[in-house]
Amino acid sequence: MSRRLITTATTVLTALTLAACGTGSTTSAPSSSTAGASPSGSITLYSAQHEDLVKEWVDGFTADTGITVQVRQGKDASMGSQIVAEGAKSPADVFVTENSPAMTLVEKAGLLAPVEKATLEGVGTAYRPSSGAWTGIAARSTVLVYNPSKIAEADLPASLMDLQDPRYAGQWGAAAGGADFQAIVAGMLAAKGEKATADWLAGLKANAQVYQNNTATMKAVNAGEIPMGVIYHYYWYKDQAKTKEGSGNTKLHYFKGQDVGAFVSVSGGGVLKSSANPAAAQAFLAWITGPKGQQILSTSQSMEYAVGTGSASDPALPALDSLEAPTVDPSALNGAAVIELMTNAGIL
Amino acid sequence: MRTLQARPLAGPSVAAAALVVATVCVLPLLVIGAQATGQGWGATRAQLLRPRVAELLGNTLALVGVTVTACVVLGVTAAWLVERTTLPGASVWRVLLVAPLAVPAFVNAYAWVSLRPGMDGLGAAALVTTLSYLPFVFVPCSAALRGLDQSWEDTARSLGLGRWRTFWRVVLPQLRPALLGGALLVALHLLAEFGVLAMLRYPTFTTAILEQYEAAFDLSAGGVLALVLMGLCATFLGLEYLLRGRRRHTRLGSGVVRRPEPVPLGRWLPVVLAGLTGLVLLALGVPLASLTRWLGSGGAPLLPPELIRSLASTGALAVAAGAVTVVAAFPLAVLLERRRGVLATALERVTYVSSALPGVVIALALVTLAIRWLGPLYQSSVLLVVAYVILFVPRATVSIRAAFGAAPPSLVEAARALGSSPLRALRRVVLPLVLPGVLGGFALVFIATSTELTATLLLAPTGTTTLATAFWSASDALDYALAAPYALAMIVLSAPLTWFVLRRPEEVNT
Repeated sequence: MSRRLITTATTVLTALTLAACGTGSTTSAPSSSTAGASPSGSITLYSAQHEDLVKEWVDGFTADTGITVQVRQGKDASMGSQIVAEGAKSPADVFVTENSPAMTLVEKAGLLAPVEKATLEGVGTAYRPSSGAWTGIAARSTVLVYNPSKIAEADLPASLMDLQDPRYAGQWGAAAGGADFQAIVAGMLAAKGEKATADWLAGLKANAQVYQNNTATMKAVNAGEIPMGVIYHYYWYKDQAKTKEGSGNTKLHYFKGQDVGAFVSVSGGGVLKSSANPAAAQAFLAWITGPKGQQILSTSQSMEYAVGTGSASDPALPALDSLEAPTVDPSALNGAAVIELMTNAGIL
Repeated sequence: MRTLQARPLAGPSVAAAALVVATVCVLPLLVIGAQATGQGWGATRAQLLRPRVAELLGNTLALVGVTVTACVVLGVTAAWLVERTTLPGASVWRVLLVAPLAVPAFVNAYAWVSLRPGMDGLGAAALVTTLSYLPFVFVPCSAALRGLDQSWEDTARSLGLGRWRTFWRVVLPQLRPALLGGALLVALHLLAEFGVLAMLRYPTFTTAILEQYEAAFDLSAGGVLALVLMGLCATFLGLEYLLRGRRRHTRLGSGVVRRPEPVPLGRWLPVVLAGLTGLVLLALGVPLASLTRWLGSGGAPLLPPELIRSLASTGALAVAAGAVTVVAAFPLAVLLERRRGVLATALERVTYVSSALPGVVIALALVTLAIRWLGPLYQSSVLLVVAYVILFVPRATVSIRAAFGAAPPSLVEAARALGSSPLRALRRVVLPLVLPGVLGGFALVFIATSTELTATLLLAPTGTTTLATAFWSASDALDYALAAPYALAMIVLSAPLTWFVLRRPEEVNT
């Protein structure tokens, strides 16, 4: 009888599993890429960018080209390592990130196809790696958000490096576990070297409150739980454009002067070598870095900076070239080294 | 007679099936072990013996200590008040004290933190987890108390023991299996908890593992943390096994259980009522008030189209996971109840270890396996369902096993002795008694699946969102209004099943 039970069970199991399979939209769409003809079919996008921004990009691209895009949502680092783990079998055609290190990781694994020349030429040289293996698709600036009722403007640090000073103990917060913050540290590592960065991280461990993300950091500053926070600019501008609920009591401080705290992080986009539909994948990258895609950055209230030549960012933002950001080749940012330093500092 | 009762249900094929299930459950553990140690012993040692690990260990143990203690004290007290005293409206209180089961812990945390944004640390984490996990102790203890025979206590009283000493020496020992089972469940849930602790900024091994996986480019550091977590989990399981002891409290047949005489509360009544009201307000009132507030805030549509889609995929996944898990748990449950021995216990405990690991750890191990060897299954619902089975099989085992306990071999023997064929005995005697437990197991797995977060995030097919992942992405962005409809949907989806499980609390009794 037990055998019969098992047989029945197996039948039920199979039926149900099949039923479950039908619920996802996993149907492996036929992807065709015939050289010469205009790209068509469908592509899979691995996206670590903000979901709402990507949705606008995808909708606009599909409306223009008829190419459908399946989006898999994730986070920079885990998605980057996922692609590396998948290797040549990766279902992804295109990968877009919030920051450069995850893109560089995939590039170093040799999994990226060169970006089409015309696409590269449409993006400012400061916002793409010299290798041409991927391109910038947007940019964001490091800022210090502070609560003027908790700390006077005169007492703000002159450099991001100063936050390791004991006088700032318990005075600031950051989302140290996130890829955004790790990109900033990668910029610091490139500019100041390993020793200075390790010291600074030890200061972070001693002085800072760690929040789960930029929004939480900003809201904690806004609520007066902590006087200052290191975040990216667009969280603040987005909130300001809406209800100011999470930022009404705060101001932004830009470090400027090529300080490591003025670091501008480049969001990347690249086409996978293993793509089954490279023509459509390249077309997607061309579209989001082209005028229409870049315009969405300024009209969608994503408040991220446009990086396409001649594309304007949201008028509420200070001009990107007024931020006096340090010069860094995006592909020189070493995410793995940052993780190691942060692990040694006991932050991860 | 022995052979008669043992053979029909616990033959070698059942043992083989149980072995297969346990093997699938243990695979992820092997992958993690290989990942954690693959870099060489020196590097593993260095990662293991760093201050951060000590910090996380301290945090994790502190949380387990506080929450388990609080759950045990509150759970036993509440169960005793409801079952054995003259508390007015006992059946209403019973429902109210179990209802928090329908509110996923991370929804509860969301409710608290969105009302009091500064809330964090051990105190906050212990508060929210205690309120969420209290039913794990209350339910089995309340069921056990209800089933106790008053005559044992009468005997003790007549032999000269006072009321308190009777409670300590007679009632509590009989409660021990239920109590320990509940406490173990709370401890294991705490080890794997992610959502609550991430929201309340209380780092434990699980949140740190997720952070490592999210941030780190190599999986070894996360793997080392997962190893420590596995060790903790094994320790708790061993502890519970030792404390439970070999003693069994049995009575023959259901016989005539003398309904206990309710203890009069007298002048304590106002205090008791105030205490229970406070507890229910904290555990149920706060999440409901908070949800109502955010739903009414007008900050987001109440019925976004994505909600329907994620509701449908959540439902389908939960049904599939529930059914497959019940099937997988069956041989284990049969083996445990009918052939309790080293093998059965070992297989059961193995499934416990895997299920105590955070979903993300199991998921990453499965991703590794799938990429290497199971190409077509990668990013398919099948693999996701496998992950759910690994994570939730003990829930179904416990429930089905308890049901088999209600159909003791002696009943089968009696049926056989009266001339029934083994098949007929199974159909007429065992199945009717076991079916509620099977459905109970299904319901428990359904509820757990519909709120599972971290494995789903990693394994869900591209384009599939569930209620839990949609809720998480909104609340992670601190968009509380947007998250509210998903939170409500999760409650609505699991509430009827919770109700079903509760109507037969005996089956959840570990």
